Amino acid sequence: MNTRRSWSRLLACAACLLQLAGYAPAALPQSQADLQINTPAITGLREGLRQRHREQLRAYYENGAIGLTRDGLVAMRDANSIPLAQRQQVNALIAADNQDRLALYKEVARANNHPEWESEIRTTFAKRWIERVPEGWYYQDANGIWIRK
Amino acid sequence: MTAGGRKSFPLLAGALVITWAMGGCITINIYFPAAAAEKAADRIIDEVLGKGSGAAPSTPAKP
Repeated sequence: MNTRRSWSRLLACAACLLQLAGYAPAALPQSQADLQINTPAITGLREGLRQRHREQLRAYYENGAIGLTRDGLVAMRDANSIPLAQRQQVNALIAADNQDRLALYKEVARANNHPEWESEIRTTFAKRWIERVPEGWYYQDANGIWIRK
Repeated sequence: MTAGGRKSFPLLAGALVITWAMGGCITINIYFPAAAAEKAADRIIDEVLGKGSGAAPSTPAKP
């Protein structure tokens, strides 16, 4: 009986020490340093997105033909505002942009040695895109409804 | 019956405490640096939108 009690006490003490050891690093968060966003892969994606935005997509955001989705991508909002002959091309631009965006979220997670962060990175970007674009552009709210900023 | 229940109590408590301790260890591994991620996102987004420093200005006004 006595030996059993002392064993369980010992176990409890060991477990408490383990818990303290586990929480100590949590109390000092990993350095709040910047995330790594300067790898060759990320730089290439940034440049591609910037160029496509400046040369082609910006005008469509401005007239409300396209908008930002709630999950960090771009989507067609009002196809009727685009001449029929150009619709195919705009759809291709949207697809290319979304491919780059998804690759970007994945690469940022990977460049920081946490591929499992991909979905959180994407959620962060989704919120920040909506926050950073100019007034008058369209975005989807949490229910998927288009809102004019 | 009652005596057996009492004897196994310390063991059960020990097991529970160990489970709790291991839970604490797992918690730290899923830490996500939300503030750093927002900062990184803002830098990339501003660059793509052509805002802020170093970005090429869009069609400068004619004199």
